[in-house]
Amino acid sequence: MTDTRVPLVEMRDMQKSFGGIKAVDHVSIDLYPGEVVGVLGHNGAGKSVLMKMLSGAIPRDGGEIWINGARAEINTPRDARRYHLETIYQTLALADNLDAASNLFLGRELVTPLGFVDDSTMEAEARKIMARLNPNFRRFSEPVSALSGGQRQSVAIARAVYFNARILIMDEPTAALGPYETQMVMDLINELRRTGIGIFLIDHDIHQVKLMCDRAHVMKNGQLVGTVRVAEVTEDDLLGMIIAGKMPAHLAG
Amino acid sequence: MATAAPPGPARTGGARGLFAALEVDARLLGMIVAFGAICLAFQIWTGVRLSGPGFDPMGWLTGGTFLTPRNLFNLSIQTVSVAIMATGMVFVIVMRHIDLSVGALLATCSAIMAMMQTSVLVQGLGLPLGDPLLAPLAILTGLVAGTLIGALHGWLIGYLTIPAFIVTLGGLLVWRNVAWHLTGGQTIGPLDGTFQLFGGTNGTIGEFWSWIVGGLGVLGAWWALWSARRDRIRHDFAVKPIWAELTIALLAAGAILGFVAILNAYQIPALRLRRMFEARGEAMPPGYTEGFGLPVSVLVLLVVAVAMTLVARRTRFGRYIFAAGGNPEAAELSGINTRLLTVKVFALMGFLCALSAVVASARQTFHSNDIGTLDELRVIAAAVIGGTALSGGLGTIYGAILGALVMQSLQSGMAMVNVDAPYQNIVVGLVLVVAVWIDIVYRKRMGLRR
Ligand SMILES: Nc1ncnc2c1ncn2[C@@H]1O[C@H](COP(=O)(O)OP(=O)(O)OP(=O)(O)O)[C@@H](O)[C@H]1O
Ligand SMILES: [Mg+2]
Repeated sequence: MTDTRVPLVEMRDMQKSFGGIKAVDHVSIDLYPGEVVGVLGHNGAGKSVLMKMLSGAIPRDGGEIWINGARAEINTPRDARRYHLETIYQTLALADNLDAASNLFLGRELVTPLGFVDDSTMEAEARKIMARLNPNFRRFSEPVSALSGGQRQSVAIARAVYFNARILIMDEPTAALGPYETQMVMDLINELRRTGIGIFLIDHDIHQVKLMCDRAHVMKNGQLVGTVRVAEVTEDDLLGMIIAGKMPAHLAG
Repeated sequence: MATAAPPGPARTGGARGLFAALEVDARLLGMIVAFGAICLAFQIWTGVRLSGPGFDPMGWLTGGTFLTPRNLFNLSIQTVSVAIMATGMVFVIVMRHIDLSVGALLATCSAIMAMMQTSVLVQGLGLPLGDPLLAPLAILTGLVAGTLIGALHGWLIGYLTIPAFIVTLGGLLVWRNVAWHLTGGQTIGPLDGTFQLFGGTNGTIGEFWSWIVGGLGVLGAWWALWSARRDRIRHDFAVKPIWAELTIALLAAGAILGFVAILNAYQIPALRLRRMFEARGEAMPPGYTEGFGLPVSVLVLLVVAVAMTLVARRTRFGRYIFAAGGNPEAAELSGINTRLLTVKVFALMGFLCALSAVVASARQTFHSNDIGTLDELRVIAAAVIGGTALSGGLGTIYGAILGALVMQSLQSGMAMVNVDAPYQNIVVGLVLVVAVWIDIVYRKRMGLRR
């Protein structure tokens, strides 16, 4: 691309295999500030594995991660947090036996001056952020196992958004959401984009990708098919890249 | 949103509505009812055995020997050792592990402490027998040893990923026989006098100090209730109606002070009192009586209970234990070092085993080879009867302690009515299975996750 700015995130030549399966096969992608970039591909294409290497959830076999033009050492989820990188995992990664506020602050609890966890302040903060994301959410005192799929997803989104991320990975964030809640999340993404955050968005809904994303990286069988500006392709072009693994004719070559 | 009220008593009537308004945990209630039923049953049973022929229910109830200060005092000191370890077992099981080695670890710690105070410190450091330093040094050594052994278990489980079942099954064999090796298979005693204060009747704090402790307990409970309420009001959250708070405050005070009153009502035998006066070089006034009051061992259990409850509910460490038990992957992804957490949890378990070893060996006034035998099963049963789910993520400290109390009261009661030991074990085994079954049915009814 012709962008002269420094990329917020650059992953170079990332590799990961599980036994004989090359889940991610020499993939290089990037992300600029204020940009929403789709990561597309069929089921099992390697999207989640690629993103998990970025968030430190799984160790990589090879490749480099650069953040703001500097080599970043991200080997654990803790490392990722130091770079203000937050992830909404496809599996949501919630502790089912804890309530929404405890999940929101898991690993980063607010504490009282005596060092005890401050549950009421955490609940108050959780209520504030949930009011933005899902105003119908009321069940703050129950374990999240008692919540619906969409409510659980709201909690996972709230957790990623609350801590002022600079880089946000959203792995199918609206998969379980109703139309109203999906719209809330879309509005949120647009709002975050304006503040200069970079967002990787994994989504199977091509229509939504066309609406939300600036660019898209398309993967097939662990390899990168190509990167396109979403405005320059049709929905059918994107589908062709995902299914057939071919660049659209007017961009190829 | 903050004003979204929970379903209040106005909508649901009767006892159910009452408990809903009080927000009393149904499990806590169930366990108290079970304990009450056991007490009542043995009170009547012992009453029937003592009274003559004829149908006299009131006479049975008043003539029984189960609900006497003496028996309740003994029940409390018999429960302590298992209850202390059960609080640690809650954390272990919540993290989806198990510890089969606690009884054996108790034996090793007991052996170490007995050796320290009767030979190592005496011959090695030249402290005279009866020196006031003997007990603290011996206890310190035992606690350190227990913690280190527990940490070793945790390291094998967390870092080498050997299943806890295997590590602690091996530990059971190893530590039971390390204890035997350390003492050459011999009984060691009598233990140091100060050390014996942790044993029960040999170490009680008297009526006056018992009331002081009880009073502090009441104030502490009230303060906890009040500060929780103030916190919720500060954030505009819904709070319980004031009458419900007051009811709970009164119930808590009644329970604490009632417990103290019972222990104070158990009178020190006259002969023993006279010897106590003689030891001080005084003459005992005629007609003088004095109650035992709180045993030191029970005090230790109370401190452990409060501390462990605080750890479970109000610290990051406790929060991470529950998170890792609920979803280990989520805990890892949240940046929690679950391996190190495993080491800490087992180290804590080892520490509590050593603490139990102090109480258990002090109670029998000597160290014996078979000390703590089968305790692992009692401890696991106490935690499970108290509502700790073997699938992880769920469990309470008070539940485990009540579980230990329920089991001990069953066992003591059966011993009082001369049920032979093998039959006692059969009953306890059945109760364990039935208790867990009731728990499963209850959860299904309430639509809770198992
Ligand atoms: N922990 C794992 N162990 C073994 N194989 C794995 C593991 N995680 C992923 N894989 C494999 O790696 C490949 C890529 O998986 P990935 O989860 O990245 O797919 P995806 O593109 O996110 O698919 P989906 O759209 O279904 O979420 C798949 O073949 C999958 O089976
Ligand atoms: Mg995926």
